[in-house]
Parts: sequence; structure tokens; C-alpha cells
Amino acid sequence: MTIFDIMGPIMVGPSSSHTAGAVRIGLLARHLLGVQPLAADILLHGSFAATGAGHGTDRAIVAGLLGMQPDHPDIPRSFQLAKEAGMDVYIHTGELRNAHPNTAYLVLTHPSGRTTTLSASSLGGGRVQVNAIDGLAATFNGELPTLVVRNVDRPGMLFEVSAALYQHGANIASMQLHRDRRGGLAVMVIECDQPLSEELRRDIANLDGVARCTYLNMNEEA
Amino acid sequence: MAFGSVQAILDAAANEPLWQAVLDDDCRDRGVSQQDSLAKMNTLWAAMQRSTREYDPDRRSTCGLSGGQAAKMAAAKGTIAGPFIQEVISTALMVGEHNACMGRIVAAPTAGASGVMPAVLLPLQKRDNLSDELMVQCLYVAAGFGQVIASRASISGAEGGCQAEVGSASGMAAAALVHARGGTPAEMAAACGMALQNILGLVCDPVAGLVEIPCIKRNVMGAVNAIAAADMAMAGLNAGIPCDEVIDAMAAVGKSLPSALRETGEGGLAATPTGRKIAERL
Repeated sequence: MTIFDIMGPIMVGPSSSHTAGAVRIGLLARHLLGVQPLAADILLHGSFAATGAGHGTDRAIVAGLLGMQPDHPDIPRSFQLAKEAGMDVYIHTGELRNAHPNTAYLVLTHPSGRTTTLSASSLGGGRVQVNAIDGLAATFNGELPTLVVRNVDRPGMLFEVSAALYQHGANIASMQLHRDRRGGLAVMVIECDQPLSEELRRDIANLDGVARCTYLNMNEEA
Repeated sequence: MAFGSVQAILDAAANEPLWQAVLDDDCRDRGVSQQDSLAKMNTLWAAMQRSTREYDPDRRSTCGLSGGQAAKMAAAKGTIAGPFIQEVISTALMVGEHNACMGRIVAAPTAGASGVMPAVLLPLQKRDNLSDELMVQCLYVAAGFGQVIASRASISGAEGGCQAEVGSASGMAAAALVHARGGTPAEMAAACGMALQNILGLVCDPVAGLVEIPCIKRNVMGAVNAIAAADMAMAGLNAGIPCDEVIDAMAAVGKSLPSALRETGEGGLAATPTGRKIAERL
């Protein structure tokens, strides 16, 4: 957390956690998908569910999915703008198990037809955190260039991915490993100090045993 | 690395001004130059000034609950508070209402508490003819203390109640005011700690779940409390409990608050007959 997570951001009100943080959740989701989704199913949990409508949380997440930043004056009009952009939006409330009070669960449809799910929470002051992607735990905040690799859980995968990063001169800032079961589907969340080239991402995606490689860099356009 | 305790900030401030220690830490933390960090903080200060200029007394929040009150307060004659505190009160209302009306504000540390910092700094700058440079230093002081509060306790109403939002802002503002008046780091810590002590336990009970009733006026309380705490600290009053321990107590109190009193719009003022009626109407 930097001092500018405390002082700032400059944002459209009324709530840093429920409005600005919600815009950032939408933006994170858009960056993870790489494009604007064709459809977004948004479930609001806890305080997001109880007070989301009054805080514009629903409109804020949609604004983020449309690529708006938290200080964008069109945030209140995002439903209309989504309709014009051909993005189907479905918003509802529900209970998520053991989730932070300000959590949203998004099911996003890629233009190719495949879907991605994302659980993310707004921690206060506009800061957000991803909790899970496609049902697998993955904790990161999107502040650094982040690589999310889905792979078969077998010996050597981590070595091969980190070797590729090393060959491209990327320094790993933090790394997490999760899996659904031994020998099942695993996920690596790798935060790096440098932006990662397309070539490197392709090399990793082409590794034997890697099912999908998703890259997030909030400083680039998506 | 962010400061993990107020004591760590005080240690870092042994050989240089406290605001400078926070600035240096930011440069190390984010790998940026002093100019970059200062430019960013200047942008925030300019945005705070702009939020009061952009305030429109005719604007109403989406649900119609808020707006126009700041202008009424500013125009009031013969207040008990006197002209300076009257301006502090109306500035806090102004930014709070601007935020509720989906205007552009600076979260400090959150949008719900965005009125506190500008309410204490803008009238003081005007009255004492203080430089923008000094005001930006004050924002570094506030951010340094805010960082400790965020890491040891919380700045989210949904996690810690209103004490985490307006309370944090008030503690940050109190420390900043001590710097504006040339006080010592120990006085900044005492001011922050006393401001937080006064707001410990404050619940987050927004009517209809909106950042309007009672949030806007609680910014006034946060600002006036910050001024009192800064004056008490600079008069040499003993805070009794060290600032770090107050922050830890705040974390413990936040954890023990029931969910109904943490931004769910289900308890406190939100649960009053009138509060419920407003919620139903919306």
C-alpha cells in the first residue's frame, strides 16, 4: 500500500470502496479478459449487495468493464453506454462463502464465446484485490504486471515458467501457487517488476502442460 | 516499505522533517524521484481546492436527500463557533455534498470522509496566508499517519465502522494541522492519537446505505475534532495512550462491531423509523 492509496484517488463519489473500488474491479476484469466482454453477469455480496444500488456499485463495475477510470464523469451513465456498446449486463445479489464484505463475483463472456469467472473485493480507499479466477484461488491487486498461468500440476512446471521469465530478464516480485488437487489443475500468480512482452507470454502459453496464460498490466490499454 | 507503526515514522523523523521522511519513503517504495512524488501530491492538493470551487449549491444527490446545506451554513449570521470554525464547518459540508452528488473529490482516506482534510486545511491556509508548498507537506504528514492506520487497523467503513473513515481522516488531519502550525513530530502523534481516541467506536450506519445521512455532517465532526486535538497536542496536553496503541484498539473495536453497524445500512440511524421510511421511499 502506497501513501497515494491513503491520499487519493481523485474520484467521482460517493464511495471509495463502493464506487471507485468497484470501477477498478470492472477495469481489472476487463484487463484480465483482454477485451471488452460481450456479456457480464455480476453478483454483489455483503455490503455490496446491501447498499450497492445506492452507491452506484453496479454502474461503477459496468463503467470499469467499459474501460473508464474512477474519475470518469460518465460513470453514472454506464448502463446506457453498455447498451450502446452492445455489452449485455445482468446484475443480482447473493451470498458468497467466507467472502470480504465488499465482494463481487463476475462471469464474463469473451467475444470468442468462452467464459471467465472472477471474484474480487474492494478493500477501502479504492484499493481492490482479486480473490479467485475461474474458481481457483489467486490473490493479487493488479498494481504490478501480473501473469496468471493455469497448468497441469506436475513436477517442473514452475521451473519452466520461471526459466522463461529469467531468459527475458523479468524480475519476479511475488509468486503464489495454488491447485484444486494433486495432479489436477494448478495456478501460478506471478507479479513482476517489468511489463512482460507478448513473445514471452506466448512462450509460456506454448509450454507443454500450460492450459492458459493470462496477463494483466493495468498501465496498458485493454 | 510502508511505515508499520507511528513509532517507526517518529524514528525516521529524528533526522529530517516528518513530511520529508514520508516523502523519502514513498520514493523508495515506488521507485520514483522526489519531483514525481511531489508532483502527484500537488495534483491532489489542486483537486481538493477544485472540489470546493466546483461545489454547486443547486445540485442534489441522485436520491434527492442531499445538497445545498453548505451554502446555508456559510451564509449563517452570528454563529457560536465564530467565522473560522464556521468556515471549517461549511467547507466540510461542501465537499461532503459534492461527493454525494457524484462530484469529483479526493478520497482522504475515503470518499465518505473526503470533507475532513480540505475543511481543516483550506480555511487555515486562507486565514494565515500559508503557502501551497506547506499544505502539500501537510498532506504527506496526513498520508504517513493514514498509512499506519490502514495497515494496523482499517480505513474501510465496511470493516471498521465510521471510526475507520471519518475517524482516520480526523486523526490524519490533526497531525497535518500540527505540521501547519510548526509543531513537533511527537505533537503530531499525540494529536492523531487524541483525535482517534475521541472517535473510537463510531459506527457506520448510513440511511438507505447512502453516503449522505449522517456521513456528510460527520465530516464536520471529524474536522472540528481534528482542530481541537491539534490545539490540545500543541498546548502540551498528555494523550495518555500512545498513538500506536490507540490504533490497535481501534482495530479491535472495529472487529467487534456487528455487521449491522458496518456500512450495511441495517443498524443505527439507518434502522430508525425515519431512516427505514427513507429507505423504503427510495
